[in-house]
Amino acid sequence: MNAEPTAGTLPDDHGHFGPYGGRYVAETLMPALLELETAYRQITPKPGFQKELAALLTHYAGRPTPLYAAKRLSDHVGGARIYLKREDLAHTGAHKINNTLGQGLLAHWMGKRKLIAETGAGQHGVATATTAALFGMQCHIFMGIEDIRRQAPNVQRMKLLGAEVVAVDAGTGTLKDAMNEAMRSWVTRVRDTFYVIGSVAGPHPYPAMVRDFQQVIGIEARRQILEAAGRLPDLLVACVGGGSNAMGLFYPFVDDDIAMVGVEAAGSGIATGKHAATLTAGSVGVLHGSKSYLLQDENGQIKEAHSISAGLDYPGVGPEHALFKDTGRVRYASITDTEALAAFKTLSRLEGIIPALESAHALAYAMAEARRHAANEIILVNLSGRGDKDLDIVSDRLQKEPKPS
Amino acid sequence: MSRIQDTFRRLKTENRKALVGFVTAGDPDGPRSFEIVSAMCAAGLDILELGVPFSDPTADGPVIQRASARSLAGGTRLQDVLAVTARLRQDSDVPIILFSYYNPIFVYGLTRFYADAVAAGADGVLVVDLPPEESDEMTTRWPGQDLALIRLVAPTTPDERMARIAASASGFLYLVSMTGVTGSGGLDFGAIGRHADKLRALANLPVCVGFGISTTDDVAAVAAAADGVVIGSAFERLIEEHLGREDLAAILADRVRQYKAATVGAKQQGSSGTRAPEKPA
Repeated sequence: MNAEPTAGTLPDDHGHFGPYGGRYVAETLMPALLELETAYRQITPKPGFQKELAALLTHYAGRPTPLYAAKRLSDHVGGARIYLKREDLAHTGAHKINNTLGQGLLAHWMGKRKLIAETGAGQHGVATATTAALFGMQCHIFMGIEDIRRQAPNVQRMKLLGAEVVAVDAGTGTLKDAMNEAMRSWVTRVRDTFYVIGSVAGPHPYPAMVRDFQQVIGIEARRQILEAAGRLPDLLVACVGGGSNAMGLFYPFVDDDIAMVGVEAAGSGIATGKHAATLTAGSVGVLHGSKSYLLQDENGQIKEAHSISAGLDYPGVGPEHALFKDTGRVRYASITDTEALAAFKTLSRLEGIIPALESAHALAYAMAEARRHAANEIILVNLSGRGDKDLDIVSDRLQKEPKPS
Repeated sequence: MSRIQDTFRRLKTENRKALVGFVTAGDPDGPRSFEIVSAMCAAGLDILELGVPFSDPTADGPVIQRASARSLAGGTRLQDVLAVTARLRQDSDVPIILFSYYNPIFVYGLTRFYADAVAAGADGVLVVDLPPEESDEMTTRWPGQDLALIRLVAPTTPDERMARIAASASGFLYLVSMTGVTGSGGLDFGAIGRHADKLRALANLPVCVGFGISTTDDVAAVAAAADGVVIGSAFERLIEEHLGREDLAAILADRVRQYKAATVGAKQQGSSGTRAPEKPA
C-alpha cells in the first residue's frame, strides 16, 4: 500500500481547503476539536494503530470489497463497461463502517468510552452502533423522526446493537436536524464523549479524518481495476450527500488523468426547489462547523433539502468537495428521485444487486453516461450501500408511480 | 463601544453588577418584540443582547430554538434586527450587543455588516460559532474599531487558551457557566467563581457569566462572582408562556426589575479564596 499515490497536502494547519473548511463551532467544543486533531495527527499514523485498523477492516468488515464487472447491466445500457465497487458487501451493508471503525479505534486509543453520532439513512448510525458494540462502548444515535419513519429497519438494527436512538423532531426531522442535536449533545457531554461524524463534513479535523478512513475504497479500486482491466478507468462516479463515499473513491485517483463525477440528489427536480443538490444549486456559507456550499436563502437561513434518499437529504456538503467544484477537478451532476428509482429497479433485475437509493443516484448517472462512451471505455461506480433498508419506501413509491406504457 | 465601558464604570460606582438580557429580535413578532426590548431597557437592563434568529442554532437549547423559529416564521432578517437597534438607540444609551450565528452575518457581507451595525448604534457583536481561530476573516474586513467582538470562554477552555482569548477580546468577556446548551440546568457556583476569578486575573475586562441562570437566587450568586449576569432562556420562556398577553412587555420589564434587585450590593469576589454566601438573603 506504500506505493499508492498521494494526493495534495490539504487541509492546511487550520483545517482549510482553500476558502472552505475550518472550525466554526462554539468555544465549548474548540478544546475537544483541538484534542481530537492532536490525537488524529499523533495516533492514526502509528504502525500499531494502522495494523489494528487493517486487521479490523480485513477480518471484521470484510475488506477488500470486490470490484465487479457488471456485464448484463453494461450490455443492457450499451457503450462503456460499468464496474461496481461493492461497498454494499462490507459489514453493515455500506461504506460507513470504514470510517466508524477508524474513529471508534481512535476513540478507544484516546480512552473515550462513549460514542455519539448523527444519522440520516441510518447506515452511519448502524455502523457506529456496531463499532460501539465491538469496543464495548456506550452509544447514542441522533436521528430525525422523518428518517426514523422511512428507515425503520435500521432503527431496529441500532437498538439490537445496544445503541440508544434519540428521535429528533426539530425542523424537518432529517439529517440536518439530527446533526444539530448531536452537536448540542456533544457540547453537554464533551469531556468524555467522542462524536463520530459520518461524512467528510463538520469542523476540522473531521473532513480530513473521514477522507483518510474512507480512501481505502479508492486505494482498493485502483489496484483492482488495474488487475481486472490492465488500466485505469475513464470515469469515476459516486453519489454525494455529505460526500464521504465519493471522497473515499476519488481521493486516491486525484492525481490521475481521469474524469470524476459526484452525483447529488435532484429530488423532484432542481427547478422545483425540492432537491438536495448543494453543489449544483447552492451558495457558500457556514453550517455545522465548516464553510462550504449550502442550500440557503438570501438571508443565510438554511433551506430544507429534499430527496427520496435519506442519506443524501442534507443541505450541506464536505468542504473539500466545494474546493473540487471550484477547481474543476470533480464535476458535480444531479439525478432525480424518479431516475434513481429506475436505476434501483434496473440493477436489481439485471444483476441481482439491490442498491441503496443513495447509490442508485450514482448508477443512474453512470448508465446515462455509459451510452455516450465507446465500448472500450470504463466507468467505475461506487455502489456505496445495499438497498434492503429502502424496500418500504421503494415499494410505496413504485405503487404511486404511473406504470410505463 | 465606549457605552460598554461607561456602563461598567458607572456600575462600579453604584456597587452593582451588570444585568445583561438576551432576547431574540422579532420574537414573538416585530412590533411586540420592539415593545419588549424597549420596556426591558427602560426597566433598567444594563446591557441588551439582541439575538439574530438562525434556522440551525446548534448552541441553543429548546427555549431559544423555539424563539428563533417564531422570529423566522415572522420573516425577521438581519437588516430587521439592525433596524430595531437603530430605533432603540434613538432614546436609549443601553449598550446593544448583536448576538448571532456566523452564517447570517457572512451572507449579509462582513464589511457591510460592520458599517450597518455601527451606523445603527450597536456596540458589539457576539458570534457564537466563530472562535478566535476563524474570526480574523471577519475582523480584517472591518474598516474600524467601533464594534467590540465579544469573546466566549467555556468551562472546557484550558488556561493557556483562556489567556490568548482574553488578550484579543474587547468590550467584556462572556464566560459560559457550564458545558451545555443555553437554558440547561445544573449551575455549579463554586466552579463559576473559580473560572471567573481566573479569567479576571488574565484580562483587563469585565467578565459576564451566562447559560442556565434563571432565578433571582442564581442572579445574586453569580453577581457575587462576576461583573455581570447574562439571562436569556428565562426571558424567552417568559415570552413563550405569555404569548397571548396584552401586557407581555410589562411582564418582561417586571422580571428585569426583579433580577436587577438581585444584582445590587453583590460583593466583588476577590481572588483571595474567600467566598460570598451563595444565596445572600
